[in-house]
Amino acid sequence: MLRSLLLSFVLLIWAAPGFAVQPSEMLKDPALEARAREISKDLRCPVCQGENIDDSNADVARDLRVLVRERLSAGDTNQQVIDYITARYGEYVLFNPEKTGANLVLWYLGPAVFLIALIGGFAYIRSRREEDDTARAPALSDAEKTRLNELMGDDA
Amino acid sequence: MINELGHFTLILALAVAVVQTVVPLIGAQKGWRGWMAVADPAATTQFLLLAISFAALTHAFVVSDFSLKLVWANSHTDKPMLYKVTGVWGNHEGSMLLWVLILSLFGAAASWFGSALPPRLRARVLAVQGSIGVAFLIFIVFTSNPFLRLAEPPFNGQGMNPLLQDPGLAFHPPFLYLGYVGLSMAFSFAVAALIEGRVDAAWARWVRPWTLAAWIFLTIGIAMGSWWAYYELGWGGFWFWDPVENASFMPWLLAGALLHSAIVVEKREALKSWTILLAILAFGFSLIGTFIVRSGVITSVHSFASDPKRGIFILAILGVFLGGALTLYAARAGAMQAKGVFSMVSRESALVLNNILLAVAALVVFVGTIWPLVAEMAFDRKLSVGAPFFDQAFTPFMVILALVLPVGSLIPWKRAKLGRSLRNLIPALVLALALGGLAWAMETGNSLLALIATFLGAWLVFGAATELWLRAARKPARLLRLPRADWGKATAHGGLGITFIGVGLLLAGQVEDIRVAQIGERFGVDGYEITLNSVNDVQGPNYTATRAKMTVTRDGKPIATLYPEKRVFPVQRMPTTEAAIHAGFWGDVYLVVGDPQDNGGYAVRTYIKPFADWIWGGAILMALGGLLSLSDRRYRVAAGARKAQLSAHHATPAE
Repeated sequence: MLRSLLLSFVLLIWAAPGFAVQPSEMLKDPALEARAREISKDLRCPVCQGENIDDSNADVARDLRVLVRERLSAGDTNQQVIDYITARYGEYVLFNPEKTGANLVLWYLGPAVFLIALIGGFAYIRSRREEDDTARAPALSDAEKTRLNELMGDDA
Repeated sequence: MINELGHFTLILALAVAVVQTVVPLIGAQKGWRGWMAVADPAATTQFLLLAISFAALTHAFVVSDFSLKLVWANSHTDKPMLYKVTGVWGNHEGSMLLWVLILSLFGAAASWFGSALPPRLRARVLAVQGSIGVAFLIFIVFTSNPFLRLAEPPFNGQGMNPLLQDPGLAFHPPFLYLGYVGLSMAFSFAVAALIEGRVDAAWARWVRPWTLAAWIFLTIGIAMGSWWAYYELGWGGFWFWDPVENASFMPWLLAGALLHSAIVVEKREALKSWTILLAILAFGFSLIGTFIVRSGVITSVHSFASDPKRGIFILAILGVFLGGALTLYAARAGAMQAKGVFSMVSRESALVLNNILLAVAALVVFVGTIWPLVAEMAFDRKLSVGAPFFDQAFTPFMVILALVLPVGSLIPWKRAKLGRSLRNLIPALVLALALGGLAWAMETGNSLLALIATFLGAWLVFGAATELWLRAARKPARLLRLPRADWGKATAHGGLGITFIGVGLLLAGQVEDIRVAQIGERFGVDGYEITLNSVNDVQGPNYTATRAKMTVTRDGKPIATLYPEKRVFPVQRMPTTEAAIHAGFWGDVYLVVGDPQDNGGYAVRTYIKPFADWIWGGAILMALGGLLSLSDRRYRVAAGARKAQLSAHHATPAE
C-alpha cells in the first residue's frame, strides 16, 4: 500500500518532463519547423551535459526551442536566430564553434598536421627509395661499399 | 569476512605487483636468471589475488551486503540478479577493480603464452606491465577503495542508474576495458624493446596479436555502446561525439594504425620507431580516456561521480607513464635501424598513408575533445565543440582513407605498378559508382551524402572481394584455402564499408514524425501506416511503465506489433524511454511513446531509420575480420612465438 502510494507520488513528479521536442511546440509550417530543427541541432542545452536542445528534457532547453521558433516566425534568417541566442546565452551554446581567433587552431590544426605529415611521409619514403637506388648504382664509393657489405652482412 | 578477504588480497596484489616490477627489471639488467624468472609466478599470483578480490566484491553485490558503502550506493534488493552482478562495474571503484583485474590477466597471459619469448625481453615486458599495475593499485587502495564499510548498514541500497540497467550497457564496459587495457601489452612490449634497444620482425609478430585482440575488444565495446544509445536514449542517435565516446574512439583509431604499421615492421623491418611511438601513444590515449571519464574536467553524459583528487592522481599516472615512455623513446629511437627499402608506389607507402590518416583523424578527435578546456584556461572563452565540428573536421580524413584503401591493400610490397592494380579494380569501381548513383536517385532530395557514402562503402566491399579473388588466382576452389589472415583482412575492410553505407544512408534518409495520437488513431509515415491501439500501465521488477501497443502496416500488410514503453524507476526517481524497434535489413521502424496530453491522446514519435543496422553489422564484421586474422596460423600466439625464435635474426621476405 505504502509502496503504491509512493509510486503514484513519484509518477506525479516525473510525469512532467517528457521527451525533448513536444508536439505542442512545433510550428504549423513544415518548412519553418524543419529550419527550427536544423538550428536546434547545433545549439547546446546550457544546463545539460552535452545534449542539444532538441534532445534535452530540461526546461531551459524547452525555452530555447520555443525562442528559436518565435524568432523564425518573426522572419529571422537561421544565422540571425543563432546570433540572437548567442548574444543572450554566450558562445557556450554553440556546438559548432565559431571560426574566429584562437578557434582557428581548432579548425585548422588537423588539415595543417595532415599536410606536414604528408610531406614528412613523402620525404621518408624517398629516403627509403634512395637507399635502394644507391645500392643498385653501378659505381660505388668506398664508404658505400662498406655500407653495402654491412647491409648484405646483416641480411645473411 | 569475505569482504575483508577481498580487501586483503587487493593490498597483497599491490605488494606482488611491486615485486613483479622491481625484481625482474634488475634481473634483466644484471643478467641474473633467477631474478628474471620471478616475473612469471608474480604475474600469475597477481592475477589470482585480484580475481579473489573481484569475486569477493561480486559476492557482496549478489547478496546485497549493504555494510559495504559501494554496494549501498549502487545496488538495491529489488534489482534483477543480472544487474546486481553488472552493478559491480557500474560505478567508479568497482570498474577500477575490473580494470586492474584485466590488466593483471593480460600480464599473466603474456607469461603463460610467452614461454618462447627471449627470457630477458619477457622479464622486462612483465615488469613494465607490473608497474602499470602498481600505479593503478595504489590509486584504488588510496583513493577509490571498493571495500570501505559503513558503521551502521542501512536497510536497503540506493539502486543503480536505470539507464545502466540494460543488457547492452551491462557488458559494454568490460569489452571497452579489455580493449583499453589490452593496449597496455603493446605499451609494455614497446617500452621493453626501448630498454633492450632493439626491434625486429619477431618483436612485431609478438606485439601484433595483442594489439589485434585489444582492437577487436574495442570495436565490440564501442559498437555495443553505440547500439545501446540508439535504442535506449529514445531518438535513435548512434554517435554523439561525446567526450567519453571520443575517449574510446581515439585508442581505437591509434590501435588501427598500430595494427597496420606492425605489419610493415614484421614483413619489411621498416617504420620501427614510428611503430614504437604508436604503441606508446595508443595506450597513452587509453589513459587519457580514463582521465577524461573519471576526473570530471570535461563534462560528459557518462562520467562517473568525479572527484578532483582522483583526477590529479590519474593525471600523475598519465604523466609518469606517457612522459617516461616518451623520454625513453627520445633517447633510444635513433638506435632502431630500418632495413627494408621500398619505392614510392608500394604497399609500404600505402600503409604509411594509412597511418598518417588514422593518426591525424585521432588528433582531430583529441583536439576537439580537449578544446573547451584549452579555450577556457588559455583564452577565457567558455565554448562547446560538438557534432557539427567533428562531422566537418573528421569526415574528410575517413573519405580519403576509404578512397585509397582498396588500392593500397592490393598493390604489392616493395615496388608496385599502379596501372596494373587499378585495372584489376575497374569492376569494383564500376559497381560502386552504379550503387552510389542508385542511392542518389532513390534518396529523396537526391542527397550527396547518400551518393558518397554508398559509393565509398561499396568501393570498400567490392575492393575487398576483388582482393580475395585475385589472391585465389581467380579460381573459386582456391578461395576457401586462402590463409585466414587474407579472409580476416577482407572481412574487416568490407565491414568498414558496410558501416560507411549504414551511417551515410541513415543520416541522409531518416524520417521523423512527432504528433499527438488518440487511442485507435492511424497515421502514415514514409509509406508505413501506424496505429496506436492501446496504452496500459504495467509493473516491472523495479519500475512501473506506461506501455503502448502499436501496429505497423505497409500497403495493408501487417509488418509488426510494437510495444514502446515509458518506464519510471521509483528508487532513483527517474524516467526512461524504451523505444520499440522493428529491425529489418533495409531499415528500422522506431517508435517512442511519450506523455499523455491535456486534451487526450499521447505524444508519439515515429522514426524510419533506413539501413540503421548496417552500422553495427559492419562493426561486427570488422571484429570478425580481426578474429579471423588472429586465428591465422601465423599469429596463433604459440606458433608465432616458435617461429619468432627461429627467424629472430632475419626479416621475413616480402610476399
